Amino acid sequence: MSETAPQMAMSKALNESLRKALENDPKVLIMGEDVGKLGGVFRITDGLYKDFGEDRVIDTPLAESGIVGTAIGLALRGYRPVVEIQFDGFVFPAYDQIVTQLAKMHARALGKIKLPVVVRIPYGGGIGAVEHHSESPETLFAHIAGLKVVSPANPSDAYWMLQQAIECDDPVIFFEPKRRYWDKGAVDVGAVPRGLHKAVVVRPGTDLTLAAYGPMVKVCLEAAAAAANEGRDLEVLDLRSLSPIDFDTIQASVEKTRRLVVVHEAPVFYGAGGEIAARITERSFYHLEAPVLRVGGFHVPYPPARLEDEYLPGLDRVLDSVDRALAF
Amino acid sequence: MSVKSTAARRPTRGGAKRRGDEPGLVQLLTPEGERVEHSEYSIDLTPEELRGLYRDMVLTRRFDAEAITLQRQGELGLWASLLGQEAAQIGSGRATRPDDYIFPTYREHGVAWTRDVDPLNLLGMFRGVNNGGWDPDENNFHLYTIVIGSQTLHATGYAMGIAKDGADAAVIAYFGDGASSQGDVAEAFTFAAVYNAPVVFFCQNNQWAISEPTEKQSRVPIYQRAAGYGFPGVRVDGNDVLAVLAVTRAALEHARSGQGPMLVEAFTYRMGAHTTTDDPTRYRSDDERVEWATKDPIARLRSYLDRQELAGEEFHAALETEADALAKRVRDGVRNMPNPQTMAIFENAYADGHPLVDEERAQFAAYQAAFADAPEHSEGPAAASGKGH
Repeated sequence: MSETAPQMAMSKALNESLRKALENDPKVLIMGEDVGKLGGVFRITDGLYKDFGEDRVIDTPLAESGIVGTAIGLALRGYRPVVEIQFDGFVFPAYDQIVTQLAKMHARALGKIKLPVVVRIPYGGGIGAVEHHSESPETLFAHIAGLKVVSPANPSDAYWMLQQAIECDDPVIFFEPKRRYWDKGAVDVGAVPRGLHKAVVVRPGTDLTLAAYGPMVKVCLEAAAAAANEGRDLEVLDLRSLSPIDFDTIQASVEKTRRLVVVHEAPVFYGAGGEIAARITERSFYHLEAPVLRVGGFHVPYPPARLEDEYLPGLDRVLDSVDRALAF
Repeated sequence: MSVKSTAARRPTRGGAKRRGDEPGLVQLLTPEGERVEHSEYSIDLTPEELRGLYRDMVLTRRFDAEAITLQRQGELGLWASLLGQEAAQIGSGRATRPDDYIFPTYREHGVAWTRDVDPLNLLGMFRGVNNGGWDPDENNFHLYTIVIGSQTLHATGYAMGIAKDGADAAVIAYFGDGASSQGDVAEAFTFAAVYNAPVVFFCQNNQWAISEPTEKQSRVPIYQRAAGYGFPGVRVDGNDVLAVLAVTRAALEHARSGQGPMLVEAFTYRMGAHTTTDDPTRYRSDDERVEWATKDPIARLRSYLDRQELAGEEFHAALETEADALAKRVRDGVRNMPNPQTMAIFENAYADGHPLVDEERAQFAAYQAAFADAPEHSEGPAAASGKGH
């Protein structure tokens, strides 16, 4: 990345990414509740309605299944719809369309048709919201064959990964860590983007690997900085993609550090951490000095906002697991 | 509220309520095969066109009957018969233009016929060799959709795309009376109305959603629901192929000309079971079946053709021969339909590929190859474990 790359909040990076996609391909459409004049409740589509008009930036009825279902029809007609689900917990009325139709239609047609639909979902907690506005349902989508599931953790990835998702001929569920919307970072719009599904070592280390994605990457970087004060050299991976998962990069890291802790906001039970622990145990059994540990949400409904700081993995819970892994 | 008034409000099912002469039911051919006129919908077909519709219905029914037989013989895992709905499907299908796009359920074998989809293509899913199996863009006929009502949203989105393209084509979305209860159908109505999408919602009200009568789906006639969304709805005698053709043509023209969606309720009857796993004797009466038999769509047109002397014995004999040939082609085609290759499991999950699928494909291929290379086992496990003791 060039040193002159402008600093940009993730929300702005996403906005610029959508703008570029609309400019580059007349078949790209933005659809969702409030994405037009309002610019989205998080302003991710700010200004796009004004510049591209209501034919390209479509305010839809308040009906999530309708949004995804009509996006499928538009994709069948040759369009590339990018739909916004307002909040994580509101995706479920559309879940049927995503799982039974969007994910499977390419296979049903023996590959004759493509469904290039992107479903953007602001997800995760940490913003003091009410019920259904803070959930992390990503593994419910990663479990479904036919879908690709990604989540950027920084503005640069937000900018590039969204455009790559739109260019992808498969349906992509694009999870945006909403509590990182306002975090700034360098975005080099002239760079050559890395692969959409490539995991990245965001901090090299030797003693233990922390693997995270989306909102938890920042927490893990902070944990690694804190651990460094205690003389521990932690490596941090940003997975970036949950379907597919770049296991090769995780494996290489683990075979170097010999210890792995997976961190996510979603409940640990049946979560991404379990899948990663199982695969890495299979791949790297003789390299591991400790069982793969997981840090994440509990098997409870997402708690009310005044308790979310206890529910969400923070520095201390991550470091506690690091201690446990290093104690084996 | 008194018991009496509750009873009075209760929707009833009865022969009298369902007669073709009830108000609001567009009809151009009576059950007895007499031509009647309708003030809004008229049609003028040549003898050849009339014979063509008859031929379509006869061949479609024969195809359907053959599929049922093949299911009974174990050649198909399941079949959803269209028996009784030939007029609704042929009439509406023949109303479409090649550039219109069709979104069917899983029972639109007659509509597929009108779009020149090879009947054998429809059978792959029911035989279990694929989950769809054709290219929708080849005949502008989308894949069968099993989840009830989902396709009405795809149809609406496609129609929104047609409008964006500035094309003058239209879309027709098929669904049943049961589907009218689904949220997706309500959302499709909303989206279509809001965006003035050129889509015709074609409800084949065949009176039964498996075992549940239409009254379990709606307190008002289904076509009247359109009013609540702000577009027109019309009920047509679904066993009258002429009326269905006329009404659907008008509805498609309404859509193509920029006037937005329209709902057509084809009032018809599923004469057979919901699917071959169903037993309609558990939930409906013989009287009802017998009454609807008098409205048979094929007998009705035959009666008209005979009365007008538009089709002689020669025509009917030739059609019979053609039907036999179709049945044979279907029978042979199904029996000779190859099972998919095992590795096809891994094909087409993704358009751009997925490393996990690649990994699992490779692992499974290696696993299978291990069997191919393994020497034949001559001894059972017990004998093997006995060795060395």
